[in-house]
Amino acid sequence: MSVRRLNPDQPSGFAFSQANLDWAYATIAKYPAGKQASAVIPLLWRAQQQEAWLTKPAIEHVAGMLDMAYVRVLEVATFYTQFQLSPVGKVAHVQVCGTTPCQLRGSEKLLSLCRTRIAPRAHELSADSKFSWEEVECLGACVNAPMVMIDKDTYEDLTEVSFGALIDGFERGTPPKPGPQIARVLSAPVGGQTTLKDAKLYDGSNVGTWRTAFDERERVKAEKAAAVAAAAAPKA
Amino acid sequence: MLADTDRIFRNLYGREDWGLEGARKRGAWDATKVLIDKGHDWIIDEMKASGLRGRGGAGFPTGMKWSFMPKSDPRPSYLVVNADESEPGTCKDREILRHDPHLLVEGSLLASFAMRAHTCFIYVRGEFIRERERLQAAVDQAYAAKLIGKNNVHGWDFEIVVHHGAGAYICGEETALLESLEGKKGQPRMKPPFPANVGVYGAPTTVNNVESIAVAGDILRRGAGWFSGLGKPNNVGTKLFCISGHVNKPCTVEEEMGIPFRELIDRHAGGVRGGWDNFLAVIPGGSSVRCLPASLCPDSLTMDFDSLQKLGSGLGTAAVIVMDRSTDIIAAIARLAAFYKHESCGQCTPCREGAGWMMRVMNRLVEGNAQKSEIDLLFKVSKQIEGHTICALGDAAAWPIQGLINHFRPVIEARIDAAQVRRQAAE
Repeated sequence: MSVRRLNPDQPSGFAFSQANLDWAYATIAKYPAGKQASAVIPLLWRAQQQEAWLTKPAIEHVAGMLDMAYVRVLEVATFYTQFQLSPVGKVAHVQVCGTTPCQLRGSEKLLSLCRTRIAPRAHELSADSKFSWEEVECLGACVNAPMVMIDKDTYEDLTEVSFGALIDGFERGTPPKPGPQIARVLSAPVGGQTTLKDAKLYDGSNVGTWRTAFDERERVKAEKAAAVAAAAAPKA
Repeated sequence: MLADTDRIFRNLYGREDWGLEGARKRGAWDATKVLIDKGHDWIIDEMKASGLRGRGGAGFPTGMKWSFMPKSDPRPSYLVVNADESEPGTCKDREILRHDPHLLVEGSLLASFAMRAHTCFIYVRGEFIRERERLQAAVDQAYAAKLIGKNNVHGWDFEIVVHHGAGAYICGEETALLESLEGKKGQPRMKPPFPANVGVYGAPTTVNNVESIAVAGDILRRGAGWFSGLGKPNNVGTKLFCISGHVNKPCTVEEEMGIPFRELIDRHAGGVRGGWDNFLAVIPGGSSVRCLPASLCPDSLTMDFDSLQKLGSGLGTAAVIVMDRSTDIIAAIARLAAFYKHESCGQCTPCREGAGWMMRVMNRLVEGNAQKSEIDLLFKVSKQIEGHTICALGDAAAWPIQGLINHFRPVIEARIDAAQVRRQAAE
């Protein structure tokens, strides 16, 4: 567990934009009647997307929309660590994965770069308020370690140098393309894939080829079942 | 090596179209109605006969799990797909979600039909935002093509809701996931009652891993015999392996169950950095299983549930984390201790308090700032956490540390000795 509290400074109110409000009602409608509480994480998430962080008025507003007690929504907001309970960098909030698979491939160097370039401590804003950072637990891109997540995208196979360039890119407003920052295809090995080289897998020529064997298996099965049934039937 | 024609995840690396048209070309959604028309029990029997064991870590037989669902119950039945992939080292479901989402959508229909469920929730971890968008797009395509939804071409009304979390490892535990899906904190429930009796919204529910569901279409088409003919007895089929850490070419790859460990690393991941002489240890199944030192990984070691369990470790999610001799193994395991401390939901005292306590001791062991007697104390405390909590997170927090102490005790002791020498020199 980690201690997570609401920010001492809070705005005075919260309202969803019209587009987000429409989206919120459509989301609530996906769950069975009376089970609208299921929509709490998606709604809080949308509120955070709108305001850049999750404010107390937003938590109260979502509680009202879902007919939930405020404390139940507060519990959710503080339990799930993707909810940012205090303001984050205006340009980018950098989430550096620090769990063992990334640690083994140098995430500690990325973290020290965050400390020197952004702010000495996690969740603090940089001097120009443009950036903030935190160390997060495994983000599920371990074969592309080390990696960071910014907004919705992951930047993978980083080094100290390419990570520095990544921050520069965000600062200039020209972030690099998400995904691996070295020459490789997503999770395939560097230098080319070792499997899935058979072109016939992709030209559609294999489609439907299973049917002959399938029908034969089912015919044999049916025959066997019929024979068993006949043997078990009372003799006339 | 597994033949390309026996691979299920044919768009693993995302080089082809992930959409409906591409998926159809690769064989998905091909005469799905023929499979459905065989009936509920036929599907369950085929899945049972295939020998598929759940791909989420525990390895429980999938067909048997499906058969636990009630056949006539006034309450609605639900399928919940666990796409809350968060086990450190694991990044296989991510590839299915973003590159082959139609395998999952079709598998969800087949599984739900088998269990007489008309609704399926797919719970995607909060951090997989692009993956969730991709999955939703595939679901939308399936609705538009009338493959799912009301009055679809398969004759079984079926809704899919793509749901998501917001950063809580514990929600990968099935009952915590159900709590989270109901809009609560993700704190695991006591079992029994099991989800098949009382699951989401108090109704019969089966929770399956993404990979377990996504392979269903190919198993049913090509036959239980095809799937069970791959791999080793009781450990059959194909499996996605995620090879990370100190290998030359980390990657995700689909291979046959029971592939020799060294072959897996050499063939697909370009070998261990610096060669096998430089190999120190491996965590073979995601962070929750005990590590294995090089001495326990001979050429004959195979990657399957039973072989690894015999060694006191496990296949888990088949997330293979390789460590070479440059690794500070104490620091590597201490980082996992920090992970479990961070992810404990706080419900059971042994885990909530114990995970933090173990992390603090581990952090001192990294520096050597401890007494040797504390190694035994740490082991004893880890045993008091293991098996004394509602869910398996307590066990998962204990096992990596037990593995470290079992296999690398001399390293810990040497670190303590070195620190003592340093202290004495300073005095």
